[in-house]
Amino acid sequence: MGGDLREVWVYLATSPLLALTLTLAAYQLGFWIYRMAGFHPLLNPVLIAVIVLVSILLLTDTSYATYFEGAQFVHFMLGPATVALALPLYRQIERVRKSALAIAVSLLAGSLTAMITAVGIAMLLGASRETLISIAPKSVTAPVAMGISEQFGGLPSLTAVLVILTGIIGAALGPLVLNLIGVKDMAARGLAMGTAAHGIGTARAFQVSELAGAFSGLAMGLNALATAILLPLLWTWFF
Amino acid sequence: MLFYLTLIFACQLAGELLKVSLGLPVPGPVIGMVLLLAGLLVKGRIPDALAQVGDTLLANLSLLFVPAGVGVMLHVALIGEQALAIGAALIGSTLVTIAVTALIMQALAKPGHSDGER
Repeated sequence: MGGDLREVWVYLATSPLLALTLTLAAYQLGFWIYRMAGFHPLLNPVLIAVIVLVSILLLTDTSYATYFEGAQFVHFMLGPATVALALPLYRQIERVRKSALAIAVSLLAGSLTAMITAVGIAMLLGASRETLISIAPKSVTAPVAMGISEQFGGLPSLTAVLVILTGIIGAALGPLVLNLIGVKDMAARGLAMGTAAHGIGTARAFQVSELAGAFSGLAMGLNALATAILLPLLWTWFF
Repeated sequence: MLFYLTLIFACQLAGELLKVSLGLPVPGPVIGMVLLLAGLLVKGRIPDALAQVGDTLLANLSLLFVPAGVGVMLHVALIGEQALAIGAALIGSTLVTIAVTALIMQALAKPGHSDGER
């Protein structure tokens, strides 16, 4: 590479436009590959986009801080998107009212299981305190998980990565587990996917059945709420 | 459409204000979500333009995770050092959570409940 090209890159890297464009392009490339592979769960578009972007940043010796100056505009929209989760919740409100008790009990059990087993296993295997709080909200949609993690001295960016990995694991292996334990009820399958694997699990549930997808979306919203309330209580109780 | 985008932002802002002023443990956007849900329940329906804005945001939800996900480059060393703990916790916890939630929901929702079948 010539010195001129290097100067052009350095100039562009200081403006938010480059990071924004690269983020959108990498995600669309990821989604294209995901679609081409017949929506294979391991080829998650977020995972592909992250790999592509990290490679570009490392190859060009660009810092994450520089990248984030531009990418923060995309990141910022996570807040409004969380508010918008009220829409699928509202659409399912009748169904929720009908089986409210069953949903509430399973959701609470799932939410507690997610937090306690994640922290428990990580603690047994010698993870640091910072990792423990970063991993505790791993089943919750990223904006909420990051908020919780930050509040208790975790690393929000580590939490985001753990949340995304959790979603990919849930989407890839969740249906296998559900088949293994013989759960055929689509409402129960959806609720489980959304509770454990948030939006990425929900996207997967929608591919199987409309009903599973609806319950998964509902569980994602409710677990965000449950974890945001329960985790601070559990955390101050235990530590 | 701009009105409803503003409304969504306003719900989040109100959520942040409530969080700080009342010292709530819940993140601002989640309070905003509850406020919007309460508003919809009062209104009794979702206005078309709000559905347009909200569904566009949710349809691209996974894109919004990307900038945070790139942050993995800051934690490569940390994840490498604790790879076993992190990997086992993520896989074990996620799969156990799916099983526990699904089994309880199936057991509770089954009797006299036709919602699950279609």
